[in-house]
Amino acid sequence: MSELIIHPGLVLIGGAFVLPWLHGRARSAVVLLLPLIALASVWILPDGAVWQVHFLDLVLTPLEGGKLGRLFATIFAIMAFGGGLFALGQKSRVELSAAMLYAGAAIGVALAGDLVTVFIFWEVMAIGSTLVLWSAGTPASYRASLRYLMIHLAGGVLLFAGVTGHVASTGDVAFARMDTDSVAHWLIFAGFLVNAGAPPLSAWLPDAYPEASWSGTVFLSAFTTKAAVYVLLRGFPGHELLIWVGLFMVFYGIVYALLENDMRRILAYSIVNQVGFMLAGIGIGTEMALNGAAAHAFTHIIYKALLLMSAGSVLYVTGRRKCSELGGLFHSMPLTTICGSIGALAISSFPLTSGFISKSMVSQAASDGGLLIVWLLLTAASAGVFLHAGIKFPWFVFFQKDSGLRPPEPPASMRWAMVLFAFLCIALGVWTEPLYALLPYGVDYVPYTAAHVVTQLQLLLFSGLAFFLLLPWLKRTLTITLDGDWIYRRFLPRWVRFGSRGFDTLRGGVGRATTAALGWALFQIEQRSGPQGALGSTWPIRSMALWVLVLLLAYLGFYYGG
Amino acid sequence: MNQRHWLDDPRHVKLLWRLFLAVLAAVVLVEPFVRLHPYFAIEGVFGFHAWYGLSACAAMIFVAKALGMLLKRPDTYYEEGAGDDE
Repeated sequence: MSELIIHPGLVLIGGAFVLPWLHGRARSAVVLLLPLIALASVWILPDGAVWQVHFLDLVLTPLEGGKLGRLFATIFAIMAFGGGLFALGQKSRVELSAAMLYAGAAIGVALAGDLVTVFIFWEVMAIGSTLVLWSAGTPASYRASLRYLMIHLAGGVLLFAGVTGHVASTGDVAFARMDTDSVAHWLIFAGFLVNAGAPPLSAWLPDAYPEASWSGTVFLSAFTTKAAVYVLLRGFPGHELLIWVGLFMVFYGIVYALLENDMRRILAYSIVNQVGFMLAGIGIGTEMALNGAAAHAFTHIIYKALLLMSAGSVLYVTGRRKCSELGGLFHSMPLTTICGSIGALAISSFPLTSGFISKSMVSQAASDGGLLIVWLLLTAASAGVFLHAGIKFPWFVFFQKDSGLRPPEPPASMRWAMVLFAFLCIALGVWTEPLYALLPYGVDYVPYTAAHVVTQLQLLLFSGLAFFLLLPWLKRTLTITLDGDWIYRRFLPRWVRFGSRGFDTLRGGVGRATTAALGWALFQIEQRSGPQGALGSTWPIRSMALWVLVLLLAYLGFYYGG
Repeated sequence: MNQRHWLDDPRHVKLLWRLFLAVLAAVVLVEPFVRLHPYFAIEGVFGFHAWYGLSACAAMIFVAKALGMLLKRPDTYYEEGAGDDE
């Protein structure tokens, strides 16, 4: 019976190779149908190992049903549908195929039962996402895709080394909970963290994602980092280091987003910020915290995609991406403004939106555990989310001073995708049961208490006050802020060039010095022993006799004196 | 498309500000009527979330401003000689 089951990830991956041959309506229909088939097959997947194959001496489980995997596979399929709908009008013939390959691989990671399968889909994700980035077709996106690929292949090498070490020492490939008790497990941990956008390599994310096309960034925002959240949830729950890594990412994202001028880079930094909340939840490691991290990954994918859809729509109709060149778009793009604002409210965890019912579980877990410092930092960070993504993004793009631009709303497929995801942001926030039922552990949490609503409103509205009071300090400038990518974009190339130039100089110098020294030596010999030289010339007899006399006298002197 | 929007009128913006301040006051003043269940002592301080949110945001903006002084560059920074830098 297990042979009858379709692998939801392979549905999308197979579809990716069919799409390039289709045109027009058939193509649109297949783009929308594939994720729905994948979603349905996620839901008929039974629990436990479904497919097993023998490979070398190992028993691999390429397809396994489980609660956590089903949650992530579900949201990845929903995302593939929403993103596909948004991208229907995309001219690039590569992008949608690449996106389906990418989404299918992410589902493959979520439903993998062993580490080898995780690794294989991990690498397919890297290829799919690089192609999404690359298909934007600009020189900047091409260069960004190479840097992106370099980081992800390096992360893949770490993961491969770790998995190999793990299999060599335990003989077991099953993907189960691990501790960082060996080099192999540290390597796996590091490989996972690279894709999560953790320090010190966080900069790959804001460097690469905003260079994709108006629709490409929507796909990119969803899969890589959340697949990393999934594998950390499954492999390293309760690893305390993740709390601090997560808190660092949370504040890194806020501070850099506050300084940023490019609307999609603001949202890219905000992804690092949001993944930081999830990692902190995984690090706390209680059932409440792990539920919170998983739920937050689910809701985050939807509202971040929605935010990037609204930004993508603005880019699509105006061709501009800098906040300093935008503003006042609510005049002619009311629907995009409303949808973008709903996404902004959801990411800020406003009551009645999806963020309110997911992120609060992580904070609650910190409270339950008596982790005062962690709780204080998470609360400050929640305020900061409203600041950088909740108000800053919609304010500078849709409101602020009027830029005079009056672009039309984007095409219908893009509007429908935004409306669908905006609906989901509110629906998940109002009807909590469906999502809570999907979470890996039983949920004993009531988000809507008077105290929670009032304290959350206090926190957010006063953050809003801080934004408007300090607005002059947040004025957009035509600047970027140097980040970790500076090391490999500027420092290392300069250093290598300087080094090679130094080597050339040295080599040239040594060569010249040798030639000069040889020339000098020859000249000296020539001077002394040549026909005109002191030693080589003919000497007059007089001086010859004189020198012989001197020598003989000296000899006589030594003879008697000695 | 050039007709003035309701929001373009400064009087309406002023009205929105007043409404916003009224809501701010309301969410703090309502606190005594809500049964809070603080886990930490500091949560019990009156209006904790309000003043903590405000000061945390101010602090983050100051930190960002300071970091910006050190690390901000013109946004063409990487474009100069892009071909050989990347």
